[in-house]
Amino acid sequence: MTVVKLDSGYNIGVSPETCTFVEHPPTMPAKKAVVQEKNDLPTLSIVSTGGTIASRIDYRTGSVTSQFDASDILTAIPELAGIANYRTLALATILSENMTPSIWIELARAVHKEIQDGAAGVIITHGTDTMAYSAAALSFMIDTPVPIVFVGSQRSADRPSSDNAMNAVCAASAATSGLGEVVVVMHATTNDDKCAIHRGTRVRKMHTSRRDAFQSIGIGPVGFIEYPSRTVTLAPEAIRRGTNKLALHDKLEEHCGLIQFYPGMPPEVIRGYEGYKGLVLSGTGLGHVSTALIPEIKKLTENGTIVVMTSQCMHGRVCDRVYDTGRDLLNAGVIEAGDMLPEAALVKLMWVLGNERDRKKAEALMQTSLKGECMRRSINGL
Amino acid sequence: MDYKSVGLKAGIEIHQQLDTKEKLFCHCPTTLREVPEHTGEIFRYLRATESEMGEIDRAAQEEMKRDRKFQYYTYDTTCLVENDEEPPSPVNDEAVTVCLTIARMFGMVPVPQIHTMRKLVIDGSNTSGFQRTALVAFNGALPNGGEIETICLEEEAAQRVKDEIFSLDRLGIPLIEITTSPCMHTPEEVQQVAEHIGMVLRSTGKVKRGIGTIRQDVNISIAGGARVEIKGVQELDLIAEVVRREIQRQQNLIAIRDALKDRHAAVHPEAMENVTDLFKDTKSTVLKKAKRIYAITLTGFAGFVGRQIQPDRRLGSEMSDYAKKCGVGGIFHTDELPAYGVTAEEVAQLRSRMKAAEEDCVILVAGANDKQAVCALNQVIFRANLALSDSPVAEETRKMLEGGSTAYMRPLPGAARMYPETDVLPVIIDDARWNAIEVPELLTTKAARYVADYDIELNYALQLASSEKLPLFERAVKEGIKPKLAAFTILSTATELRRDGVAIGNISDDAYCEIWKAVEGGQAAKEAVPDLLRSVASGISVKEALKTLAPAVSRDELESIIKKIITERTDFVTQKGKAALGPLMGLVMAEVRGSVDGKVVSEILRKEIDAAIAGQKS
Repeated sequence: MTVVKLDSGYNIGVSPETCTFVEHPPTMPAKKAVVQEKNDLPTLSIVSTGGTIASRIDYRTGSVTSQFDASDILTAIPELAGIANYRTLALATILSENMTPSIWIELARAVHKEIQDGAAGVIITHGTDTMAYSAAALSFMIDTPVPIVFVGSQRSADRPSSDNAMNAVCAASAATSGLGEVVVVMHATTNDDKCAIHRGTRVRKMHTSRRDAFQSIGIGPVGFIEYPSRTVTLAPEAIRRGTNKLALHDKLEEHCGLIQFYPGMPPEVIRGYEGYKGLVLSGTGLGHVSTALIPEIKKLTENGTIVVMTSQCMHGRVCDRVYDTGRDLLNAGVIEAGDMLPEAALVKLMWVLGNERDRKKAEALMQTSLKGECMRRSINGL
Repeated sequence: MDYKSVGLKAGIEIHQQLDTKEKLFCHCPTTLREVPEHTGEIFRYLRATESEMGEIDRAAQEEMKRDRKFQYYTYDTTCLVENDEEPPSPVNDEAVTVCLTIARMFGMVPVPQIHTMRKLVIDGSNTSGFQRTALVAFNGALPNGGEIETICLEEEAAQRVKDEIFSLDRLGIPLIEITTSPCMHTPEEVQQVAEHIGMVLRSTGKVKRGIGTIRQDVNISIAGGARVEIKGVQELDLIAEVVRREIQRQQNLIAIRDALKDRHAAVHPEAMENVTDLFKDTKSTVLKKAKRIYAITLTGFAGFVGRQIQPDRRLGSEMSDYAKKCGVGGIFHTDELPAYGVTAEEVAQLRSRMKAAEEDCVILVAGANDKQAVCALNQVIFRANLALSDSPVAEETRKMLEGGSTAYMRPLPGAARMYPETDVLPVIIDDARWNAIEVPELLTTKAARYVADYDIELNYALQLASSEKLPLFERAVKEGIKPKLAAFTILSTATELRRDGVAIGNISDDAYCEIWKAVEGGQAAKEAVPDLLRSVASGISVKEALKTLAPAVSRDELESIIKKIITERTDFVTQKGKAALGPLMGLVMAEVRGSVDGKVVSEILRKEIDAAIAGQKS
């Protein structure tokens, strides 16, 4: 079918044979906001990876607008002016499900350079699907004195009700705040009232479509930004600006996997990970897989694969010392990952194996909290 | 009025809610709720976005003149789709079928592939900031020779509870929009066409009934005027009056423009002035509260701003409507001052400060800050310039006020408000689908048939055909109930009971049929129907209700009851003669408690009274 736009604005689909080409419509010059730099404002760097937050689909070509500068962003979200001055970097234009560890490395390097060049904070626009993975990756790869803020939108930017503007304004507020760590800033509730600041290693997308899909697991948000007042409140446990010195650790071992156990999972699935450097299991309950899998897991660990156990419960801590199966898993060489989220454990495993060749030390690192990814205590009420 | 010489062209848009099981883009029921039943509240801000062609719609831009925070009530019958927290489901197929049925009834051509669009609406009535709408068919014919341009399938907007609060129960109910060409030339014709379309819609039996389920928008223009869309005319009877008043308004605006030109009237936007200080000791409560008061002199406008253009509407009201878009309460103008607590002295000071001559009119605007006051005054300037221009009637969307006058809402939206709904897949309407659509009998045809087949009066038949209880009537007739009995119960008995405060909504169709069968089977008299319905409405089953009637009485028993009653009242019968029938009838009916047909009672009673009288004479 050929889509025809009528004068009324309606589109209808008609058979292509009924259409005659007349002419191309005139192209409209894109509108551009005038960027006024203000000396008294901090400079933020916005690195885009292709999330829809500030991009626009060009319906004439069907492509996402490729240009991306401060003016484009201010055109899309004029409210950002007055919070900071902005410089921008278009690192990638991908849907976030197409994110890869090698792009994380590029991203970490780019962000590191922006901070080195004096950015008071960095905003990374990112599709929401894998934002939590990327936030965890950058948490491990950069020691940062300034806020590195991931932000996205759950409802596309082309609708009047999009959460993009409010999330972006809150992200900019967080990026100019007293924070000093990698975080995700998204709607805290379904209302347009406040955004939550989530630690990059403890955040998870917990809903497919709601605005407040992102939740901190096993820990409260490290802060909130009220909207539209833009008041930032940081929790006592939030890492403050200037606490850490800037450093980049940009090595990852990509040959790692993450699988979720299910009843009846055949041992061949485990065998498929032969040769992998690391494997995260998302087990049931306290951290279990069926007894039938244990011999295969043992083979993996004996051949040098580090196997880490997390729980598909998401909430709570694994403990493989309670039941026989758990003890058998420990005996098979499985490492307990405490209350680490499975995705954070995967990213951490890539980072640890990329930076530590000694197996014992690597295993110990997996059980040590590096960037707030493991909590020593399971707090009441979370 | 000679509407031809006026150059009247009018068209209508009819919006009718469809009575489908589920909403258009989610699986929630299409049930309307009471506001206190809401289970949650959410609030949002809306922002104008660009169309796919890179423009911002002018109507949307107008709504963006102030920040607007909207609150929404959610229910246990609404879901995340209404909250704009979940992508829409595919288009409700039942609604598409109803739409195609109506399209066939008007002899229209369906589009080969239906594409759902987003129509930008940021007045808060849609959580998403757009209304989903799809063009389904075009080129229909009307009995007056006019044309139906298009049929669209839309989602209903959320109902405004008050101010910026909306209720989500209505959002997403399928709505059919029928747009005629500007093919009508008298106010009465507009009303007739609206009635006809309404009748066709009801003929499907798939549209919702009751207040608010159908709304008419009227498009009107006259020569020298402009196309104006008047929204939300809910009462059919008012359509003609709305058209008449709009003609009047456009004619008056044209006349005012001519007079202003004769006076060399002018607007000087640069002469806008902050006059807050003039009113620091004012008695006017509005001005006293205002943080900022701005004024502008409209040269040569004196007398015209206060001139009536429609009942209860002046040029000043139009300026006020425009100013309100910036969030102010309205305007003051010197055509109406001194008044509202503003003294003659204050007016004199204002005139002198604004260097206003006698022929000039000064407009005052009170705002919460400079930005708001200037915004409002700029709107006044815009409207004043319009009044002076070659086209003094603006293309506008207006809302109907009580009585049929109208107020400005926003500019007529353009095509820029439409962009594709990328979350909904297109729907193909092929020949097989189109040809399988069954066309229902028109209500008018049906009524004529009732007259012919059931000997029901035309007036009654028409009422019946457009009654919500039509399906019940048809079922009753099919089940062998006498059509007249069913018709009388539905149109007359039930209506009387409702007026009496009986909750007839509690009576199921099954109960009606059971009662009628009892009447036809002789277990109850026709006269007992109201009492039976009353009992059933109060929650008693038909079986139980029938038991409260006296047990069935045989003819012999009835005769002996009647004889007994007459014997006991021989004196009365002697005295009254044949006139005793009425009072005795009541006594007999009370005795048999509705278990015998009144006709039979009166027949026997008459015979027995005659016999009694004859007996005495002999």
